[in-house]
Amino acid sequence: MEQQQNLWNFIVQQRDKLLDQTIAHIGLTFISLLIAVAIGLPLGIFIARRRKAAGIVLNIAGILQTIPSIALLGFMIPLLGIGPLPAITALFLYALLPIIRNTYTGIKETDASVLEAATAMGFSRWQVLTKVELPLAFPVILAGIRTATVINVGVATLAAYIAAGGLGEFIFGGISLNNTNMILAGAIPAALLAILFDFLLSRIQKINLKKLRLAVWLMPVIILLLSSFYVIPSFEKNKLLAGFTPEFMGRQDGYLGLKSVYQLNIKNVVISDAVMYKAAYEKKLDIISGYSTDGRLKAFDLVVLDDDRHIFPPYYAAPVIRADVLKTYPQLENVLNMLSGKINDSIMTALNYEVDYLKQSPEKVARNFLLENDLYKPPQNGNKGTIRLGSKIFGEQYILINMYAMLIRGYTNLNVETKTGLGGTKICFDALTNNQIDMYPEYTGTGLLAILNASANTLDKLKQNKDSIYHYVSGQFKQKYNLTWLKPIGFNNAYALMMRRKQSDELNVHSISELTNYIDKQK
Amino acid sequence: MIEAKNITKKFRQQTAVDNISFNIEEGENFVLLGTSGCGKTTTLKMLNRLIEPTAGSIYINQKNIEEQNAETLRRSIGYVLQNTGLFPHYTVAENIAVVPNLFKWNKEKIRLRVEELMRKLHLSKEYYNAYPNELSGGQQQRVGLARALAADAAILLMDEPFGALDPITRTKVRTDFINLEEFKKKTIVLVTHDVQEAFELADRICLMDKGKIIQTGTPAELLFKPVDSFVKTFFDEQRLQLEYKSVTLQMLWQFLKDDHSNTSSLKEISSQTNIWQALEYLNTNNDDSVSTKNNNTVKEINYASLMHAFNQYKKYN
Repeated sequence: MEQQQNLWNFIVQQRDKLLDQTIAHIGLTFISLLIAVAIGLPLGIFIARRRKAAGIVLNIAGILQTIPSIALLGFMIPLLGIGPLPAITALFLYALLPIIRNTYTGIKETDASVLEAATAMGFSRWQVLTKVELPLAFPVILAGIRTATVINVGVATLAAYIAAGGLGEFIFGGISLNNTNMILAGAIPAALLAILFDFLLSRIQKINLKKLRLAVWLMPVIILLLSSFYVIPSFEKNKLLAGFTPEFMGRQDGYLGLKSVYQLNIKNVVISDAVMYKAAYEKKLDIISGYSTDGRLKAFDLVVLDDDRHIFPPYYAAPVIRADVLKTYPQLENVLNMLSGKINDSIMTALNYEVDYLKQSPEKVARNFLLENDLYKPPQNGNKGTIRLGSKIFGEQYILINMYAMLIRGYTNLNVETKTGLGGTKICFDALTNNQIDMYPEYTGTGLLAILNASANTLDKLKQNKDSIYHYVSGQFKQKYNLTWLKPIGFNNAYALMMRRKQSDELNVHSISELTNYIDKQK
Repeated sequence: MIEAKNITKKFRQQTAVDNISFNIEEGENFVLLGTSGCGKTTTLKMLNRLIEPTAGSIYINQKNIEEQNAETLRRSIGYVLQNTGLFPHYTVAENIAVVPNLFKWNKEKIRLRVEELMRKLHLSKEYYNAYPNELSGGQQQRVGLARALAADAAILLMDEPFGALDPITRTKVRTDFINLEEFKKKTIVLVTHDVQEAFELADRICLMDKGKIIQTGTPAELLFKPVDSFVKTFFDEQRLQLEYKSVTLQMLWQFLKDDHSNTSSLKEISSQTNIWQALEYLNTNNDDSVSTKNNNTVKEINYASLMHAFNQYKKYN
């Protein structure tokens, strides 16, 4: 009950945003649907007449349909940039197959004797099409439009990934923030829209044959009307445009902090982490919210703006190990601390770049790094015990875990078992406390906010200071979970605002305060 | 009225119609008869250009149909299909009004014409706004006939029009059709594989086999003067019945006995009556004799004299 109450409160609180998103969602769905009908219907009619073309067209449309939606959106970015245009294009491509196929099938299945009669009565080809074939195929064609509509309502949620708006903004924001109310505030309206449109179209489909001719004319009008909901927002030129992840948008140590602490008032769109860096590189976006050690920072020549008022909490990585393991194998402590002070932000960025962008194996990158720093020793193939190492499911953690594994094998007589790719924080942490793994690398900020759920009071006291946070987190972990934080490795994988190096130099914007000043001056 | 000159139709390697020619007179009922695949339907469909001949020409009223607009040509020719081919999304009235609508008749004229045809074809008024799927097969075929007759085309093409109906319904619909004044007025080309139907409807029968015309002639000519054994054996199964049906009293006139008795006491039947009908009449009315009259001569007919005359007729033909 409390859950519902909260959801309702959230919806009431966010009603303007929700309305905007819903309208954008309907608009995206129906503009793409309209284009798909305008192109798919004639194409379906055409291939119903040309058997040879039918196979080719249906195959191409079928292949388009099998491309994963997020990948299709990704393909659109280099071609059409970000925003509604690529989103509508992708949705259009998805809606195409059901419409073409059903038009083709519907017309193909017209009773041959009815067609013969129509021709023999003296109908022209156009009259046969409009008075006989299309009306008779109408229910089948409409079924195709129905399918396309439901697909589009679903896929349109992904439009939020490429800054096209829609209910996906809440859904993905909610997933990132682990905010169930936010997810539901996006997901429930999306589901309702799908059900509603499906229902309305099914009513049209069942319409009495007599009123069918009316329905044929009514359909495009309705679709056109619904499309007009969405006036494609045009991005003003000559103004900086920011792209923020859904998660960033909802966080106090994210967009909300930018507004309240820096008074930053920048035009922004919501976009997926997956395409954000590239969009910045291709000048579709100017400012993005990234992670300070992301390899793409290097790949796309972006620079981090200095967080001179410290709204982003530090996320220093350090190995977290169960105290009892450390007691059994005390030699581990020195070995696991060997990386400390060896990897700063730019080194970690470079390593991530090699793995994420140059596609080298984490193992190779880890070995090369150890060799360069004279830390590598060949394995002793010891069997005095087995240490189980865990990692979360991204490149940086894979690199670290490979380094630790090599160090343990080289410097101790212990064996190592790695359990990589353990999803998110919660899975790793639970595995550690439940004795499924012995150690994994964690970040101070994550420990503070995600695991300890520190109160606002505590956060105020710690003042985003990296040392005080480390001490607080390691103390609490020891006390509450009997887990030991070893020495921080040295790099800080925190939220950061970034922009293209060239633009940063041209505008002379190197910190977030300078960004605020620059934007205020433009107005 | 219709003249086909050396028409041939090939589908890929298959020759469906092989260099045939025929003439159909105005008002004539011309039946294309043959087994499945003999080319009769292909021949019919070439007459309104549903199928274009590979070679040869067809003339309607001395005009080459190839030189006419196909749609205009088809609107001036009625067409009845075996499977009705009614538009399922049109009401009965709308189906019947298809061609008048193409001719852009005014609404009132169309409505009157539809009502007239529904009456003539014994379609109850309540079906006016019904859809074809609400009708029985026989009723649907009646609507199909009405549609073909609606614009009063001079020519009517019929592709096995009664073939999909059960025997009882078929007889009923066919009888109603024969009794229409339109049936008598129009030039009709009808395709059938049903020999009985051909004999009942035809002025002339064109018997086809393997894309060729084997023989064209009146039913009696085909029966009594077959050109070859194919024609002869084609009718063997029902020969006696067909013969009775194709020979009228008038054809037997010279072999019938003059009636010298007091004719007035006998019931009189038409000289156009065929032997089958005369026998049926004698049988059902329990009369020993009836009389028939032609050009002021009167003949008396009983079972024995009829059989005698028929045998004579066969002998001398």
